[in-house]
Amino acid sequence: MSSQATASAEPNYFEVTKGFKSWALTLDHKRIGLMYLFGILFSLLLGGAFALLVRTELMMPGETISSADTYNKFFTLHGAVMIFLVIIPGIPAALGNIMLPIQLGAPDVAFPKLNLSSFYLWCTGAACLLLSIVMGSVDTGWTFYTPYSLDESKSGAIIPAVFGVFLLGFSSIFTGLNFLVTVHKFRPQGMGWFQMPLNLWALYATALMQVLATPVLGITVLLLFVEHTLHIGIFDPTLGGDPVLFQHFFWFYSHPAVYIMIVPAMGVVSELMTTFTRKPIFGYRFIAYSSVSLALLSFLVWGHHMFVSGQSPLANMVFSALTFTVGIPSAIKVFNWVGTLYKGDIRLQTPMLYALSFIIMFTIGGLTGLFLAILATDVHLHDTYFVVAHFHYVMMGSALVAFLGALHYWWPKFTGRMYPERLAQVCSIGVFVGFNLTFLPQFVMGSRGMPRRYWDYDPEFTIYHQLSTVGAFILGVSLFVVVCYLMVSFKKGRKAPKNPWGGTTLEWDAPSPPTLYNFPEPPVIHELYDYDDIVEDGDNGWVRKPRPAGAPPKEKH
Amino acid sequence: MKNRLLSVLALVISVAVLAGPASAQTPAAEPPAAAEPAAEPKTPNVLWLEEIEAQPWNTGGNFWLPTPAAEEADPSDFMFYAVLGLSIFFFTGVTIATVYFVIKYRARPGHKAQPSPSHNDTLEITWTVIPTIICVFLFLGGWRGYLAFTAERGGALQIDVTGQKWAWSFTYPNGTVDNNLHVPVGQPVRLRMTSTDVLHSFYVPNFRVKQDLVPRRYTYLQFTPTRPGVYRLYCTEYCGKDHSMMKVRVIVHETGGYERYLATVEERSATLPPVELGKQLYEKKGCAACHSIDGSPRVGPSWKGIWGESAKMADGSTATVDAQYIKTAIEEPNAQKRAEFAGGQMTSYAGLLSEKEIAGLIAYIESLK
Repeated sequence: MSSQATASAEPNYFEVTKGFKSWALTLDHKRIGLMYLFGILFSLLLGGAFALLVRTELMMPGETISSADTYNKFFTLHGAVMIFLVIIPGIPAALGNIMLPIQLGAPDVAFPKLNLSSFYLWCTGAACLLLSIVMGSVDTGWTFYTPYSLDESKSGAIIPAVFGVFLLGFSSIFTGLNFLVTVHKFRPQGMGWFQMPLNLWALYATALMQVLATPVLGITVLLLFVEHTLHIGIFDPTLGGDPVLFQHFFWFYSHPAVYIMIVPAMGVVSELMTTFTRKPIFGYRFIAYSSVSLALLSFLVWGHHMFVSGQSPLANMVFSALTFTVGIPSAIKVFNWVGTLYKGDIRLQTPMLYALSFIIMFTIGGLTGLFLAILATDVHLHDTYFVVAHFHYVMMGSALVAFLGALHYWWPKFTGRMYPERLAQVCSIGVFVGFNLTFLPQFVMGSRGMPRRYWDYDPEFTIYHQLSTVGAFILGVSLFVVVCYLMVSFKKGRKAPKNPWGGTTLEWDAPSPPTLYNFPEPPVIHELYDYDDIVEDGDNGWVRKPRPAGAPPKEKH
Repeated sequence: MKNRLLSVLALVISVAVLAGPASAQTPAAEPPAAAEPAAEPKTPNVLWLEEIEAQPWNTGGNFWLPTPAAEEADPSDFMFYAVLGLSIFFFTGVTIATVYFVIKYRARPGHKAQPSPSHNDTLEITWTVIPTIICVFLFLGGWRGYLAFTAERGGALQIDVTGQKWAWSFTYPNGTVDNNLHVPVGQPVRLRMTSTDVLHSFYVPNFRVKQDLVPRRYTYLQFTPTRPGVYRLYCTEYCGKDHSMMKVRVIVHETGGYERYLATVEERSATLPPVELGKQLYEKKGCAACHSIDGSPRVGPSWKGIWGESAKMADGSTATVDAQYIKTAIEEPNAQKRAEFAGGQMTSYAGLLSEKEIAGLIAYIESLK
């Protein structure tokens, strides 16, 4: 498979080899990414089903469809599946895997075998997590707080779940390591750090966090495992351990994990904003720096999850102050995205609808974070539905919506097929309406005092819960339709042109779907986000105008 | 063109800065709710206590927050409304700008992206510095309010709080134990809290205070109730099956009511016949969380009809449920577990119940034949 020989006739990465083995043992980043993607979409449906079970149970006070014990398992599984199997690997491991090398103009990631092993670790971890359902199911919440999670009568389910999380952590570390090295070493001639698409900055920042934070998760769950089997007394108060120590360890990973989820989403949205406004992103450097500063600051704020845990007032003060620092880069990004819209030529195709939803919902998620960073108000709102609504706005309304935007944006590139545009637009509006109907009422019931993780509730909260449940079903149906039409279009969709959106980054110079090593010929590096030379050409999508010889060099941004 | 963008954004930001504190003032300017007289019945009959405890809990308040009923609510609510105003302002600004730009610059035949700057350092530094300044003020406001929560107050009434799956017990300075919290209005209350099993969290939405209970460690919480009435007390740290049932009432008594409450309870427990005492303990001590009295199994065996029964134990032996067995089960719950409830983990009540109270429970179980 020489990449020079027959450029145009070269088979794409689906055609190049066939059969189960060629996929199971593939070292191609696109195939690995695609397998990740299918795993993640399946997990999304599973996690979504648990969410709907939770919301159905909460339709009425008291028992609606399940006992308290079963309900506790539903919300635990919903959280664990969505966080560990969907959102954390969503953009980096699936879409990042496929797009990162292509955006760099590289043939693959730096360590293809490591990449494959990270996929198999993910599969094994996911299998362990699902095995725990059969073994009686975990009911600790996805946070595994001690000493509740040390209950020996539940070891049967907790041990496989914890082991699953351990493996998933390593899968994430391997992906991060791979991306770091790839970005450092595989940038082509002519692409300096500040000629990198913002998506790569975001994936790079994410990889930093994955490599630095996830080992702590590994150690924490390993200690939990050891506590279960050997009773050494690290977290167990009856053995002299400290249950609050577990929270420190856990959030030392899990706060950066929030940024592992949101930073790649920000990268994606930056790409979408520029492509669909047909103009350069406003404030490239500020966005790039803010991704990296978010990655670093994310390590300093874990204590804000523990303002009422018994942590000292001094620690609370420090963590509250540090928490505000993450608000600043987030605010900068929002202003820059809105600034990008100014004087653009805005196209409201599905990826852009998701990007615009993202801006609105991330603004809500970010602003409601202020309430929780302020000590005096957090004490009231902590562990209520206000927190539930806040983090869903960030993790689902922002991270998952950006994932959907990215999925639609790059779908034609890596599958070679178009999805049904009109249906997709309707679904994206369904997601927006359903999401807001689900979670806006939760802010109000939270600030009025409704605690989270409650199977039963006082009658005054009924109306909020019912609105929320109706919204959840609108959201659930929309997402289900999205997954369905994507699956259908994977086989039957209209053939996609090379550049359906008029993007300027390198992936749009690769064929759709790309060849085995992505580019039949080494790609030419163009000015980043320069839309002047790209014109619409009917069914062929967008094409690059050849620049007249001797034209003056363009002014750099 | 560039200047117009600049001026629009500068305007948005400057209004944000001005409107933030201004909108914060409005709600705080409302008359403090604490000053209103309480509407509590003052029937002097023997069922006084039952009547108070049976009152509906306060579900009042405005759209956003429940009725404030403690001094701690003031700084918390002030910051809440301040940030709410700020959030609504910024959210509206971002949304209007987004929608306006999307409509104005939407792609249509003949429309093209117009040249515009790809960055503007002055503008970008402005919208970095302004949020930074706002954040500094928000932090300071929140920190000052929080200090008011934590600073130790003189003359506080100290109440010991124990959380366990899934019940609360409150021990008053005179030794009275109750499952609902009774406090006098206007006096600082200091809770010394611990848990016998897993984490729990003490939360009274109307007081805006919350603190986790950690096993084998004391945590403290202070508040000063300002408004007599009945309020909800929730557990807000997930603690298992009946986490959502671990909710009781806080009764803020009018002046003199708290003393009357203590006297009533004391007088009653001195004169109650053992079966009645046992029944009261069953309700007050959290037994009901795990043991029913109607024959239906919960986490532990129902008390209905177990007296005199020969039950199979987890270790294979057989034991008769008699006075000795019940006393052992209360003081060393895990010594003789019944086979079908081997997974249950009751905490020991040794030292928490007097001999008289244990005798009362035995009499009560005997009465449930």
